[in-house]
Amino acid sequence: MKRALPRTADDRRRVMITPEGIALPVTLASRGTRFGALALDLGIIVLAMVLTTLVLGISASQIADLAGDKLGKDLPGAQHAVEFLVIVWIAVIFLFRHGYFLLFELGPRGATPGKRITGIRIAARDGGRLSPEMVLARNLLRDIELFLPVMLLVAARSGDDLGAAGWAATGWFLCFALFPCFNRDRLRAGDLIAGTWVVEAPRRKLEAALSTGQVAAGGRSQATGAEYRFGEAELAVYGEYELQTLERVLRENRPEALAKVHEAICRKIGWQPGAGDERAFLEAYYTQLRARLESGMRMGRRKADKFG
Amino acid sequence: MAIFGLFGGKAVTQDAAIEAAALRSDRFRQERERDWQRLEAIVAKMERGRYRKLSDDDVLALPVLYRTVASSLSVARETSLDAATLAYLEGLVQRAWFQVYGPRTTLWAWLRRFFGGGWSAAVRAIAPELLAALALMVIGTVVGWLLCAQDPDWYYSLVPGGFQDTRVPGASREVLSATLFGNAGQDGLSVFAASLFSHNAGIAILCFALGFAFGVPPLLLLVQNTATLGAMLWLFHGQGLIVDFAAWLSIHGTTELLAILLAGGAGLHVGRSMAFPGERAIMQAAAEAGQRAAVVMAGVVLMLVIAGMLEGLGRQLIDHTPGRFMVGGSMLALWLVYFFAFRRVPQGSEAQ
Repeated sequence: MKRALPRTADDRRRVMITPEGIALPVTLASRGTRFGALALDLGIIVLAMVLTTLVLGISASQIADLAGDKLGKDLPGAQHAVEFLVIVWIAVIFLFRHGYFLLFELGPRGATPGKRITGIRIAARDGGRLSPEMVLARNLLRDIELFLPVMLLVAARSGDDLGAAGWAATGWFLCFALFPCFNRDRLRAGDLIAGTWVVEAPRRKLEAALSTGQVAAGGRSQATGAEYRFGEAELAVYGEYELQTLERVLRENRPEALAKVHEAICRKIGWQPGAGDERAFLEAYYTQLRARLESGMRMGRRKADKFG
Repeated sequence: MAIFGLFGGKAVTQDAAIEAAALRSDRFRQERERDWQRLEAIVAKMERGRYRKLSDDDVLALPVLYRTVASSLSVARETSLDAATLAYLEGLVQRAWFQVYGPRTTLWAWLRRFFGGGWSAAVRAIAPELLAALALMVIGTVVGWLLCAQDPDWYYSLVPGGFQDTRVPGASREVLSATLFGNAGQDGLSVFAASLFSHNAGIAILCFALGFAFGVPPLLLLVQNTATLGAMLWLFHGQGLIVDFAAWLSIHGTTELLAILLAGGAGLHVGRSMAFPGERAIMQAAAEAGQRAAVVMAGVVLMLVIAGMLEGLGRQLIDHTPGRFMVGGSMLALWLVYFFAFRRVPQGSEAQ
């Protein structure tokens, strides 16, 4: 199912095969991104917990005050109400801790708010459907990866005796925490158990076509009226890699980069580099090079780069 | 400025001129652009969860459009060198794929499947591990008892201090009996029950989660926690209160101990599948076992909620031994019937 793409050095690229048999490249989320997403999520959870605690705490003290002021003695009713609030508090904290990740990752985006902000989501590793069981499994393990080490650290800071066993436990949990650093697919323990991984969620806009403008299509510059026509030999020097570089330069549209590329191409094909009309020249060259390479593709001839 | 027309001068081939007039790949794109953008709009609505904004036409069109765009991508890969369009199509197909093949069940449908047989099927699937976990729990209890019988000091290391001070070795029968009966009016206990629930849920989740390390830590956790039970059994036995203690415990204990048993079994299941994956790849074995165990665990958390309620309410309301046994026993019977006699295969479930 997964193999490295042949032409990319980037080791985060994987290929998923859809049921239609189309190879879909996915990019695994980087560890830094995932850490950022987690930090955001934890921030949200802690904030929600603090708010709940404040609201419930204030209500509890209000109830106690009311009972004390109006009636001058403790009433069992007031005490019951406070106890009820404590139970609500425990349940809410439990839900925040365990339900937050579940609820959001089961949604249509497969991502918690933190993941959404950082542009990543979870997916099934085998290219199949993401099932509720997977989400459940990967989040149950979050407990030992995240909450236990934190609790251990807190215990260590509070001055309790953290003996050899404590250190062993800390090391043990660090193994879980650092688990994504020790495997190729950046899986954490929960991902391994659940059969999921975390990938980047692409959102690209459809860019305007570069080769359909009047300049590009006609090869005629509006500024100078010059018509650029390149011969077979002049187009044959470059391949697909150079075409894509040229496309990027044209889309970024920075004058100094355009001038540099323009000069490099002119030198390569033996033209005299001029100045002032670089963009029209490059658009025409891009379009004609692409036409040549694409017609080669249809014939089954591909030229990867200028060496190919 | 105007020296551009001067350079060059090479012979212009006619072919290039014709090709340049309009690239075939651009015509291909222009013909299909509208479909792509429609799919993008539908997918964007679904991602935002705005299913109500989708018209019937959109819903019907989604799979068709998805396949159209997927085939556009295949064709474009073979005929087009427009990197931006290719990247857009790859992104769009991936987003649409997540929606078309995303989780199809709603939470409600999943819950219905879960209670309608999914949970009990998952429990039955890990039956061998459950037996192993049960054996460990019995061993832990016996060990706890024997250790205390040999040297009462063990009691203090097995039973966490501050749990409830009066239950220590050497306490009189009256003191111990008072901890079992006559707490009907005690209010703090409901809070105690809730916090205990949260503590036990933690242990159960830990039991499962540590199964990841080839199942060894859950073994230790099971033994350690039941050793506490064994020590307390020994304490109450010493004053001839063991039957009353068992009843006091059973009212919620049958549910709670069963839940811990399931959690330990689930952890062992994951550990065993990783240590001995059989014919499957280890990653696949781990994923299959993990998903099955996760279903069991969802049920375990629910059982612990029920156990917490039984402990907080039932034990206070029912203040005599036979009644407590009856509640505890019927809960146990209920669970066992549901897990092992209820063999209905839920509708629409994937084969496990």
